[in-house]
Amino acid sequence: MHKLYIQDVTLRDGMHPILHQYSKQQIKDIAIALDKAKVDAIEISHGDGLTGGSFNYGFGAHTDWDWLEGIAEHLTHAKLTTLLIPGIGTISDLKRARDLGVQSVRVATHSTEADISAQHIEAARKMDMDVAGFLMMAHMNDPKNLAEQAQLMESYGAHCVYVTDSAGALLMDGVRDRIKAFKDVLKSETEIGIHCHHNLSLGVANTIVAMEEGATRLDASLAGMGAGAGNCPLEVLIAYLNKMEAPHNSDLFQLMDIADDVIRPLQTRPVQVDRETLSLGYSGVYSSFLLHSERAAEKYSLDTRTILNELGKRKMVGGQEDMIIDVALDILKNQS
Amino acid sequence: MSKTKIAIIGPGNIGTDLMIKVMKNSTVLEMTAMVGIDPKSDGLARAQRMGFITTAEGLAGLEKMEAWRDIKIIFDATSAKAHHYNWGIVEKYPDKKIIDLTPAAIGPFLVPPVNFESNTEVRNVNMVTCGGQATIPIVAAVNRVAKVHYGEIVASISSKSAGPGTRANIDEFTETTAHAIEKVGGADKGKAIIILNPAEPPVVMRDTVFTLSENGDKEKIRESIEQMIQEVQKYVPGYTLHQEVQFDEIPEDQPVFIESLGYRSGLKTTVLLKVRGAGHYLPEYAGNLDIMTSAALATGERLVGNCELK
Repeated sequence: MHKLYIQDVTLRDGMHPILHQYSKQQIKDIAIALDKAKVDAIEISHGDGLTGGSFNYGFGAHTDWDWLEGIAEHLTHAKLTTLLIPGIGTISDLKRARDLGVQSVRVATHSTEADISAQHIEAARKMDMDVAGFLMMAHMNDPKNLAEQAQLMESYGAHCVYVTDSAGALLMDGVRDRIKAFKDVLKSETEIGIHCHHNLSLGVANTIVAMEEGATRLDASLAGMGAGAGNCPLEVLIAYLNKMEAPHNSDLFQLMDIADDVIRPLQTRPVQVDRETLSLGYSGVYSSFLLHSERAAEKYSLDTRTILNELGKRKMVGGQEDMIIDVALDILKNQS
Repeated sequence: MSKTKIAIIGPGNIGTDLMIKVMKNSTVLEMTAMVGIDPKSDGLARAQRMGFITTAEGLAGLEKMEAWRDIKIIFDATSAKAHHYNWGIVEKYPDKKIIDLTPAAIGPFLVPPVNFESNTEVRNVNMVTCGGQATIPIVAAVNRVAKVHYGEIVASISSKSAGPGTRANIDEFTETTAHAIEKVGGADKGKAIIILNPAEPPVVMRDTVFTLSENGDKEKIRESIEQMIQEVQKYVPGYTLHQEVQFDEIPEDQPVFIESLGYRSGLKTTVLLKVRGAGHYLPEYAGNLDIMTSAALATGERLVGNCELK
């Protein structure tokens, strides 16, 4: 079996539960600890990718450049990685990240809009970076059509394409069928990746299912630190991989320690399956909408679940955080 | 009064919609020629069926025709690269002006209700982007009553209304729009975000404007925004304020950290807009198409003079 490539997203997806407020020191300490525990890649950026800092998604404590600066030189094993969402970040942002030592990038689009990533994937290849396509909200496209989108990303030069379950809404067969469909159409040298959210408590199970079907790049985060109910918890995934004797580089005990000693205390909004985060998975809503919806619910005296449910009904896609206020105001109008 | 003759370069979604608008709505402009580069294009065939002069040899093809002499305004709905070439031709004829609907932006940005007056003598004006046309008037409306430090816009359009040109050049959209938020809207710093939503039936274009300004009079800001919306409605009837203007105070002891501005406090204003298209070429969800072509048409009409914004 091919050695698995474990990518940590604590310092990117994990930005969401703390409203993008990591200090530079925290980023540095956590990245160094992850590197020591031998994860293969460490993703750092605003939760919504490079230059995601905004009213719409939340301003970070620092710029992406401040977070990224001075990290690469401390890494001995892991690749420094970042995320770019076309429509938010640009190629010039990617160049700036590359100049700060970022070697690998994931270019993310909605699950039906792969063609807006062509420019960015090609640019990353020209910069000699490792590049992956990241098909978000994968539950909103069926396996066959999602695989066609993956093929587009492959044709632009992506080394890997991910099934990205941003809403944590996929059931195990939903993951299985999508990875199988990728396997059917992608070239054998193109890797397949999986990125899960734990909203239906399937973060680990779905990652394992994907691996069994041939995914070799697995996303996870310490103590699940990520949007909604979080991502596949890294230390749990590694324990599972150890027990099944699947080949990987990471050290379980070190990861357990960072998860419990460093990350969990940061989770001021608990990263867990509760009525709100479960509603994300249940209604098929972008996990990053959680804190924005909770804030809108508080401001307009509504139940968060009512807002999330309506967002799901309206088929809002990742990045449409501005529509949360819109939905809340519409609900208020209909009540009066 | 005789109408001024115009040509359109680029028979795609935008060019075709603009052609229909000139025909149907304009009392001062006369649709005369459609210029393309592909003899088999549907858009050229349509223009030909409607009785207009067509050429598949680009603007150089039209330049050789007799009709060229009387054409005074050229609308360029091609690409940034092609615009450089097209402007090279138009520039040689001092009696002609070009309205650039591409992201090339050789000429100054023009957003009709904001800065038309300062550009009447310019022979090449740029229409920014659809998202820019929908949102920059609002940034300017806030800025005229309370200095805007930061302007951010989110444009959501239906996947169906985003043509191959938009998709292949998404960075040009965000960069051009952000630049114009500063240059025309008056913000110290601009940011633009675009989202494509594939939902069926297609979603109507939505635009959200966030500004961070000095602590101004909320009532005055609200009035200024409402007046500006009426100005835009004169040429885009489907342009509406979808929710009441929302205000949030950002106190000095809890500032936000904005890239290249640093820590800022003040008044956050949120404006949720909806842009319903006129349904000329694409259905009404394509407000993004409509606002661009309507702004270009309004600009063309005003450039030929003696015509107020309708």
